[in-house]
Amino acid sequence: MATQAQNMGRQATAAPFAIELKGISKAFGPVQANKDINFAVPKGTIHGIIGENGAGKSTLMSILYGFYKADSGQIFINGQLTAIPDSQSAIRAGIGMVFQHFKLVQNFTVLENIILGAEDGALLNTSLSKARRVLRELAQEYELDVDPDALVEDLSVGHQQRVEILKALYRQADILILDEPTGVLTPDEADHLFRILKGLKDQGKTVILITHKLREIMEATDNVSVMRRGTMVATVKTAGTSPEALAELMVGRKVLLEVDKGTPNPGKVVLSVENLAVRDEHGVERLKGISLEIRAGEILGIAGVAGNGQSELLAALGGMMRASGRVTLNGANLPLSGAGSDGQSRRAAGIAHVPEDRHHHGLILDFSAWENMAFGYHNAPQYQKNALFMDNDALIADTEHKMAEYDVRPPIPSLAAKSFSGGNQQKIVVAREMERNPDLLLIGQPTRGVDIGAIEFIHKQIIALRDAGKAILLVSVELDEILSLSDRIAVMFDGRIMGLRDPAHTNERELGLLMAGVDAAPGGGAV
Amino acid sequence: MDYATLLQVLDTTLRLATPLLLACLAGLYSERAGIFDIGLEGKMLAAAMAAGAVAALTGSAWAGLLAGIGASLVFAALHGVASITFRGNQLISGVALNFLSSGITVLVAQALFRQGGRTPPLTGDARFNPITLPGADALRDIPVIGPLYHEVISGHSVLVYIAFLIVPLTWWVLFRTRFGLRLRAVGENPAAVDTAGVSVVALRFAAVGITGILCGLAGAYMATALQAGFGREMTAGRGYIALAALIFAKWRPVAAMWACLLFGFFQALALRPDVVQAVVQVKVPVPFLDALPYILTVLVLAGFVGKAIPPRAGGEPYVKER
Repeated sequence: MATQAQNMGRQATAAPFAIELKGISKAFGPVQANKDINFAVPKGTIHGIIGENGAGKSTLMSILYGFYKADSGQIFINGQLTAIPDSQSAIRAGIGMVFQHFKLVQNFTVLENIILGAEDGALLNTSLSKARRVLRELAQEYELDVDPDALVEDLSVGHQQRVEILKALYRQADILILDEPTGVLTPDEADHLFRILKGLKDQGKTVILITHKLREIMEATDNVSVMRRGTMVATVKTAGTSPEALAELMVGRKVLLEVDKGTPNPGKVVLSVENLAVRDEHGVERLKGISLEIRAGEILGIAGVAGNGQSELLAALGGMMRASGRVTLNGANLPLSGAGSDGQSRRAAGIAHVPEDRHHHGLILDFSAWENMAFGYHNAPQYQKNALFMDNDALIADTEHKMAEYDVRPPIPSLAAKSFSGGNQQKIVVAREMERNPDLLLIGQPTRGVDIGAIEFIHKQIIALRDAGKAILLVSVELDEILSLSDRIAVMFDGRIMGLRDPAHTNERELGLLMAGVDAAPGGGAV
Repeated sequence: MDYATLLQVLDTTLRLATPLLLACLAGLYSERAGIFDIGLEGKMLAAAMAAGAVAALTGSAWAGLLAGIGASLVFAALHGVASITFRGNQLISGVALNFLSSGITVLVAQALFRQGGRTPPLTGDARFNPITLPGADALRDIPVIGPLYHEVISGHSVLVYIAFLIVPLTWWVLFRTRFGLRLRAVGENPAAVDTAGVSVVALRFAAVGITGILCGLAGAYMATALQAGFGREMTAGRGYIALAALIFAKWRPVAAMWACLLFGFFQALALRPDVVQAVVQVKVPVPFLDALPYILTVLVLAGFVGKAIPPRAGGEPYVKER
């Protein structure tokens, strides 16, 4: 540490910490988001922060970047007590932030995005040529190649992220905070990102990596801090810990990371899809002829980087989008457009659907839990009081029952959906859909924004449904999830299936190449 | 149609396009910064009344111009407070200000002058009078170009020249200056501006302020140059036509100028039914000619000119989020 500080030519200060937080607290109304956080990051290290959703990681980083003001506590940057009332102060203090959702202007060039807010004068010419020169230097130093004149909207997600990192470096950030940086990257792009971060560390920069992926913490960080319910529960050396120990710290109890699942026992073909094609409202072809089969008692996992047609596949099968091709369920033809192609008909045919985006398609957040539980059951005879009215009491009673069964907390049917945590919201949707006892379950991103404890539970439910002889189509951008749950894996790229793999005989590297559109073993597709 | 008649029509086109152009550029600044402003009309009207009244009282067109800009800025500030500070609905704020302006201008003019809601007719220095550009008289005998310069280009009030000079100025500000870069960014993705440590609120207020100044110019031009005094509803929907021109021009300054000239040309034709009849060989009803610019407006707004992509953050109040 000391040698690094000298290498950087800094005056030797007493504190070797790039960032030190003392007693930071922050409340939003009655919710205590951060409670007396003490936390220090040594200079020139990569420091991981993990925690479940709502543990307070993002709030803490927003305080560091001047988005929120802490109710109490002190921030020291390089040993200096620093006030950070706004983002400008954070930038001046040498802090750069790469947000989970990029803060880029889509129809600006890379250069314009880089200089925005860091221009050298009232006219752009000098700033632009200076940025071009600096960019070239940074690109050589850190494997951060981006075409400076490209429009951001034409760049891949991985390149857009590089622009964000370049933005921070251009502002001479010494401390770089990355919030869930790998969520949208292929494994290859993620590896590249970690190489960049290591390069930054070697130049004496300090990196804070916020993630919920334990594997990334283990691979990339020097130290790791764990947050739980607004408090910092531990800071440990990464080399001296294990994923299991970290998971236990996060959740506060022992967690089974490996999914415990028996061998599949596939039966007859439930879903058969031939040449399924979908065009979006702009006429762009999103699915380019998908063919697949799922048998009873089998989970087919669809892997892929977000936006390669997985959403459209779910939407077309779930009756949310018109399509062409041929789809049969238990041998019966399913209409793909016109009459009988809506969600209600699909449900009647025996398909249940846990949509990818539970906030927009899975729930109505302002409605209570029992009202949400009623979706899709409006015409069910057991909930009709008479010709005019629904039997709400029966619905509420059933909701109570399902909430207990699916461990939804708190088990209050009248509570608005938005008042539940992400994991419990998802359990409400999963409970509603699985209780249909469908022949085919479509489930998209089952654990997005869901805490580890709930992930474990939802995974168990999916396996249980499979073992009950149902067919399951699982779409997830989390490769770990696909690998641990699926009986067969299909990788999608650009609206096509790049290949089918057996999870026992593949690995993340091979899947990662397929996700990037590279078929390493042509002809080796069929399983 | 002979050349002399054509020149007359073009001359009128230029005069009628000027208020459209000023209002259109006004809207351009606001909308590029992400604030929709349907209240261009109201601001112009308020400025016309203030300019007409102050010019009548002081006898100075320039004093009238300042008053017009002041009145327009007050309305712009109201729109800014409603839509930026309080994150209100920008369309509703704009419509409300239009109603307010429509009523209050007549009320104030009546209270001041008791002439049925009009301001007194302006003469002499109380109006912006035509100026003859250098060399216009000397060059008028050169074939084709001479009359064009003398009849069409020369002989307008100073506000016309200012309006057309603001076009390249706006282009330069938008695409060559720091302010322009930030202005465009805040209309596309205010979060990017905010996280870069630049104030979204200050930028948007600056844009709305420029809108106020330009609408003030437009209104003052209506009352003290195009006509001689303020009259009830004298802007006659020009604020909306300017919005249509802005969409037609896809929020680009030079294209905005051509769009406004097109609308101005249609308005000029409405003043010369004899010319139209001579050209199309059919007697066209005058009300139809009067309606032409508005019909074109509807066609533009209905999307018949191809896909116009507005600034992406347009119309949405900025709320900071993590």
